[in-house]
Amino acid sequence: MTDTTELAHGRPRRPKSGSSWTGFALRRFGGLVGTVLIAVVVTFVIVPLIPGDPAVSAAGPDATVDQINRVRAELGLDRPLVDRFLDYVGGLLHGDLGHSFSLNAPVSEVVLRRLPFTAGLSFLALLVVLAVAVPLGMAIGAATRGGRRRRLDSTFNYVTAVVAAIPPYVMATLLVLLFAVTLELLPPAYTRSQPGLSLLLPAFALSLPSICLIARVVRRETAVVLEQDFVRTARGWRLSGLRTATRYVLPNVLTSTLTLSGIILVAMLGGAISVETVFGWPGLGLGVVNAVATKDYPLVQGIVLVLAVLSALMTMAVDILLGIVDPRVRGGQHG
Amino acid sequence: MAEPGRLRWNPALVAGTVVLGGTALTIFVASFVMGDAAERLSADIAHPVSGEHWLGTDYFGRDQLARALVGAEASLLMALAATAISMVIGVAAGAAVWTAPRRLREFSLRIVEITVSYPELLVAVVLAAILGAGRWQLVVAVAVANIPATARLTANLSGALYQRDFVTTARLTGVPRRAVISRHLLPNMAEPLLIQLAATFSTGLVAMSALSFVGLGVQTPDFDLGRLLADALPSIYSRPIEVVGPTLLILLLSVGAMLVGDGLAAAADPRVSRGKSTTRRSGRASGATGQAVVADLEVVRTDGVPLVRGVSFEIGRGEIVGLVGESGSGKSLTALSLARLLPDGLSATASDLRAGAVDLLGRPSRRELVDAVAMIYQDPGTTFNPALRMGAQLTEVLRVHKGLSKRAARAVIVDLLAKVHIPDPERLLAAHPYELSGGMRQRAMIAAALAAEPALLVADEPTTALDTTVAAGILRELARIRDETGTSILFISHDLGVVEELCDRVLVMKDGAIVEELTQEALRTGDVTSPYTRMLLDAVPRLAVRS
Repeated sequence: MTDTTELAHGRPRRPKSGSSWTGFALRRFGGLVGTVLIAVVVTFVIVPLIPGDPAVSAAGPDATVDQINRVRAELGLDRPLVDRFLDYVGGLLHGDLGHSFSLNAPVSEVVLRRLPFTAGLSFLALLVVLAVAVPLGMAIGAATRGGRRRRLDSTFNYVTAVVAAIPPYVMATLLVLLFAVTLELLPPAYTRSQPGLSLLLPAFALSLPSICLIARVVRRETAVVLEQDFVRTARGWRLSGLRTATRYVLPNVLTSTLTLSGIILVAMLGGAISVETVFGWPGLGLGVVNAVATKDYPLVQGIVLVLAVLSALMTMAVDILLGIVDPRVRGGQHG
Repeated sequence: MAEPGRLRWNPALVAGTVVLGGTALTIFVASFVMGDAAERLSADIAHPVSGEHWLGTDYFGRDQLARALVGAEASLLMALAATAISMVIGVAAGAAVWTAPRRLREFSLRIVEITVSYPELLVAVVLAAILGAGRWQLVVAVAVANIPATARLTANLSGALYQRDFVTTARLTGVPRRAVISRHLLPNMAEPLLIQLAATFSTGLVAMSALSFVGLGVQTPDFDLGRLLADALPSIYSRPIEVVGPTLLILLLSVGAMLVGDGLAAAADPRVSRGKSTTRRSGRASGATGQAVVADLEVVRTDGVPLVRGVSFEIGRGEIVGLVGESGSGKSLTALSLARLLPDGLSATASDLRAGAVDLLGRPSRRELVDAVAMIYQDPGTTFNPALRMGAQLTEVLRVHKGLSKRAARAVIVDLLAKVHIPDPERLLAAHPYELSGGMRQRAMIAAALAAEPALLVADEPTTALDTTVAAGILRELARIRDETGTSILFISHDLGVVEELCDRVLVMKDGAIVEELTQEALRTGDVTSPYTRMLLDAVPRLAVRS
């Protein structure tokens, strides 16, 4: 450190709250652009990478030569790769995601119809996860700090390990068995008349494993933070347990938790793919599964692109939350 | 860290190994024995649970248990294959990145970073769309989807190792790259990579069965657990028994893998158990009258090891007493006992322990403790909460314990900061800790301690982490505080030179006991009796020219 020079200048470094936000936002935006660009390239190469003739497999086994040729023209397979890429990007810039031939509708229309379902489901699951996992993990972390309450510690460990290991679609099946088949409390699948009620089981199935994973992360991070010098300082100021927890432990736990949880939360979006299938939830996950099954390549490209952008936005949201919670992230000290 | 090459077994690891190993063994043996039953059609269509068919039969009269076990074998083998592929490629790529030229390395790391941010199942779906459905396509899709995570972990680990001395030495002495990777990098990453292996296996297993489940993986007539569960789901109302077999086997396998991973992680980072610290009375109070009194203080670790043995001393009003000794001599524990801030796993007893009017052996309230003792710690840069601005932290005591409003507390702290020669207190209050120098933070710490107007100030190595010029400034502040406010100070240091400058009286500690008590004068003239003190004195570097 440059203690002596600091003292010579005689003033603390200027807190640069204004400028740090701009720089932070710019860096984050750069990351988003990179993620989206890669997604654009990857979704584009899906079609050229398909082994054999994509038109033949897309048109189906009983297709005539005419039909195959029509599909080939629709996919633009008769034109050079570079032209197709430029067309693809140009279309994207105009909001044109191509034409779904299994549904005979613009892909953008299909995506827009399905997007609210996936966004709603993931958002609700995300809220539930953060609202439950963070307090739970902190409470357990504080209660078991320094090797206290061994039994609680290992019970928490086993229970969360078991629940987190349940794949979301198995969890969904179990929940259907319990709440729909046995107790007959909730609808087993999406029903148009009760969208709110039928959202509950999918959201629960999606969030439960993530709750366990993140609660474990929070527990571990709480234990680490409780050993930090600044918690000792707070003890020295004789602050109450609650005040120490909310002002000294929580923000610092959130920093590391959010960093680690970003990946878990984004993986939840992947979980939506299988959970939506169980509940017949008309979101993008079920949409992409159907599209792949029917070899509707433009629809696959469109939905994958949108899901990728959605996950990038989620990552960015987590990062911005981090920036709010922990000023060091904004300052770029964490990269 | 655990010793390399030795595995510490713990309950989670044992449970995981038993569950995973037992299930896998059962699956392999059973599908070898019952393999035929899984395909054999019979007239027993949709038979309920019976002695012959433990899980009943399906719509084609096939035994459900046999089908579940054979399906599980397929899932298990595919997951193993995918895990092997993604681990080998991921580790190779992650380690190779660090031998690449800088530009290429930065670029590759960026790309890996971005690919990790896509949901793994989405990547697998994309690959399934390209490759089509089927067994090997599924293995490849899931393997590739898992590569970025392993590559990133390996890259991060090797990045950290590359900075380490022994790797740098190997590189500089011309050890070839491949040897650096295989001999120096990989063995030191074995533990986290093993944990990653378990994680890759369990996520792979789940991802594969999920893809089969939604219809993009294994296709009829082949089947795995996901396929079986998907086939059973439509009839979940009429024959819920059909979901039991596949569900149970997926659970056993993934829970087993999770527990193994968990156990491995716990083995790599064993946590020691410590109890809450206690402070109790051991005898009748001495009747001493100092501003701070310590009598017959003993500090014992939970396992019975004595750390402080019968320490007694007093500090008069306005006196600065030094407590010196090497690290481990018990000086910090003595101070922490006096502040009632002993860390977990220690218990203290004393016949008398007081600061100001507060009996520290009783059950003093927080407010009383604030009035009695304030601590100033060594500043390694972590004594303040990095997430809060300095103003919020420094005014904490005044707002919580003295009932001052935010504004009033700020005014008091601004005054105190000015007293400890902070040139622009308002600016400091608006800053976050990381924006300040060590000297600034330490002055702020002193101001926060003074805010409570405590009877005793305990300074535990307050200048150790600072460089000499800054340290001298801090010492001057402490001396001035004593002169102006009459606060008693217990000053702990391992540096006799510093203590000699500041303290009226000095206690020398060794192995948990006080071996000598000196006046400032005696210390200055070197008039000591204990050979240990003599040794410490001789260790102080001095300029050759002395007056």
